[in-house]
Amino acid sequence: MSTTVQTIHDEAPAEASRVHYLNASYGVKSWLLTTDHKRIALLYLVSITLMFFVGGAFAVLMRLHLVEPQGALVEPDTYNKLFTLHGILMIFFFLIPSIPATLGNFLVPMMVGARDLAFPKLNLLSWYVYMVGAILALYSTVAGGVDTGWTFYPPYSSTYSHTQVLPVAVGVFVMGFSSILTGLNFVVTIHKMRAPGLTWFRFPLFLWAIYATSIIMILGTPVVAITIFLLGLERILHVGIFDPTIGGDPVLFQHMFWFYSHPAVYIMVLPGMGVMSELITCFSRKRIFGYGFVAFSSMAIAVISFLVWGHHMFVTGQSIYAGLIFSVLSFLVAIPSAIKVFNWMATIYKGSISYQAPMLYALGFIGLFTMGGLTGLFLASLATDVHLNGTYFIVAHFHYIMVGGTVMAYLGGIHFWWPKITGRMYPDGWARFAALVIFVGFNLTFFPQFMLGYLGMPRRYAVYPAEFQVLNVMSSAGASILGVGYLIPLIYLAWSMRYGPPAGPNPWRAKGLEWETPSPPPTENFEEIPVVTTDAYDYANVGVTRG
Amino acid sequence: MSEHIVPVRIYVAVFLGLIVLTALTTGVAFIDLGAMNTVVALAIAVTKMFLVILFFMHVKYSPGLTRLVILAGFFWLAILVALTLSDELTRNWIAPPASWSVLLLSVWGLG
Amino acid sequence: MAAHPVHPPGFAHQFEDMEQQREAGSLGMWVFLVTEIMFFGGMFASYTVYRALHLPAFETGSRLLNVRLGALNTAVLIASSLTMALAIHAAQVGKRKSTIIFYLLLTMLLGATFLGVKFTFEWHQDWMEGLIPGLNWAYSGPYALQVQMFFCFYFFMTGLHALHMVVGIGILTVLVVMSARGRFNDQYYAPLEITGLYWHFVDIVWIYLFPLLYLIGGRYALGGH
Repeated sequence: MSTTVQTIHDEAPAEASRVHYLNASYGVKSWLLTTDHKRIALLYLVSITLMFFVGGAFAVLMRLHLVEPQGALVEPDTYNKLFTLHGILMIFFFLIPSIPATLGNFLVPMMVGARDLAFPKLNLLSWYVYMVGAILALYSTVAGGVDTGWTFYPPYSSTYSHTQVLPVAVGVFVMGFSSILTGLNFVVTIHKMRAPGLTWFRFPLFLWAIYATSIIMILGTPVVAITIFLLGLERILHVGIFDPTIGGDPVLFQHMFWFYSHPAVYIMVLPGMGVMSELITCFSRKRIFGYGFVAFSSMAIAVISFLVWGHHMFVTGQSIYAGLIFSVLSFLVAIPSAIKVFNWMATIYKGSISYQAPMLYALGFIGLFTMGGLTGLFLASLATDVHLNGTYFIVAHFHYIMVGGTVMAYLGGIHFWWPKITGRMYPDGWARFAALVIFVGFNLTFFPQFMLGYLGMPRRYAVYPAEFQVLNVMSSAGASILGVGYLIPLIYLAWSMRYGPPAGPNPWRAKGLEWETPSPPPTENFEEIPVVTTDAYDYANVGVTRG
Repeated sequence: MSEHIVPVRIYVAVFLGLIVLTALTTGVAFIDLGAMNTVVALAIAVTKMFLVILFFMHVKYSPGLTRLVILAGFFWLAILVALTLSDELTRNWIAPPASWSVLLLSVWGLG
Repeated sequence: MAAHPVHPPGFAHQFEDMEQQREAGSLGMWVFLVTEIMFFGGMFASYTVYRALHLPAFETGSRLLNVRLGALNTAVLIASSLTMALAIHAAQVGKRKSTIIFYLLLTMLLGATFLGVKFTFEWHQDWMEGLIPGLNWAYSGPYALQVQMFFCFYFFMTGLHALHMVVGIGILTVLVVMSARGRFNDQYYAPLEITGLYWHFVDIVWIYLFPLLYLIGGRYALGGH
């Protein structure tokens, strides 16, 4: 059994004089014109964190409004703008880029053993394109907002809405290209730039997840782009292909919109699953159980995700026969996700478990993602979906996956790789406290929403019947706890960048090429390209029989 | 680096083939073949596409990964078309179709 | 650290060697073209839906298009694909840069001809006849409403295609400048090849647009529109 080639020198000179990617050059230009994937990852980190808190602010306003059945804060028209902008900002400008553009950009070249991505300049371009889209979306926010819902359904969005539909539509369209460029870069890098000895079945499962995510980005995003483009044309010309007066079908918009937007939810959750495989193995000190199953499940999710979009349209007047097909396929797509959860559980079983913050987030993911996923089955079933569609049950379902799943995995990953990215360790006591606050706040916010949906409270409504108030107040209380929970890491992570203890190359004793470089890594990642001779997750196998 | 160089005469032959097929498809449009007009036009278009892809775009001499990528693109487009049509064409059905031929013909508005 | 090998000009240092760079560039362009298949494909899919639902209206609309100009333009675009392939071939066999530039300029000229025919003849004619949806729609023949739908597709699809041609001509301009500076030779011509892939793709889109838009009218007498 041989080990990977050592690529760092023992006991480097004093930390302050070592050159790495953060201090290799100074000045605004060196950041804004960088082609270093690690710096671009940090540019994205700053941008998406900003968008997260703006989108989160809209959520806070919504929950404050909903403490009263007749609404406590804003006019109904304004409320419509709040949920629309919350959705647009969170989905397009936070969740979709989150893990791929930050952790993916930082880690993919290092995990394949390369010096950078295949197209570093395209990578920088993708960030600028993202910023143009984000600025357009923020502009529309201050110029009057949008009230169509993040789903932009015509004819309201094309004809009847008097809000800033066009700027935000252009912003989303533009942001789609950022997504495409990122995915393209990852696919080419993983295919063509792997280090010697690094075969497809030896690299970390995070790369399988990123690869599957990139396939979805490449195949799906262009369809929503053309759909929004056509919607924009219809809004400008006052005639278009979704216009019923000339024989158009508004439901066709929904088909093309959801062709992307369903796979998009897997763009959001697959990278989180990739992070999960890294966290679970490290904090159980164990090989992943069923590497092949997890890898193929990622690919299966990517493929099947494109076959199920009609389950968002069961009550739109869609043909019952199409509904049948989509319902069956939607049940199918749950299977690979379940396989992954079983594999993570089997990895933890009889592992040597430690409970640092990343592991707390990972354990939270398993429970909350499973709940979110299982409730999806209620919605995949035609009959129950008739009752539950358009209610808070849906809202709770997707927040359990997006927030209970993806955001937890994102935070877990940020904490896990923070010492590598910054060279500093954060205070784990505070991190664990914040993870618990987030977990409690999250469940208090969204579990009551399952009950509200089941009882029939519609979503996207500014008012509700008085009998739902108790559950709504509970949800709003949870939201305030959750908000505080998110602010805590912002503070201690920023603090740690200056005052945190320096972290060595591998504070977690994790396996992976990225842990074999100094923290922070040098600009070129590796002095010599490593040669790989072992499988991933080569932790000492604690095994079934304890020694 | 062994980059296959396609000889000029192949390019010219492909070009002439494409021109002939263009003339053919235009000419056939003036002949009434009923439902077959569409089939013939699409068949010619697909043939022209193959000529451009295989020779002008060098896919005949490209690695398998390239073909897989192209195939994936068209396959995914087929998913979009097929599943969307599964709704748009069956909304007025009371019962499933009597035969698959009825289903296929209705795709091009011919049934 | 190994002795730093000498790399040819145009080498990008994130790669190990020119072979890897060339393969990555080619794969990258093909992946981009797949996104273009899905981008145009969204409109082809919508077209398929509405044609299935409104075939007589689409046939009526198609008869209002100029088949002769459409066929001519198809030939022009095919010729431009030939000249593009010949430009790459010239680089591959080590011809002088003036030969490469000649074929690139010819490609641009043919592309510009295509756009000229489309804008100054076809679209101008459509404008004169009041056939532009949303701007001056004045058609009052049979299936007036759905014929407007057909023309929405006509202008959106050919317009998007024309936009891609304009971008392509812009990229070709850059390639002409690079060729003039002697950047390409029989060892390094990847930008030409990658641009060629894009240009041929745009040609293929038109290969489908022509029959689907112009040839569905059932024109059973010569001297149609």
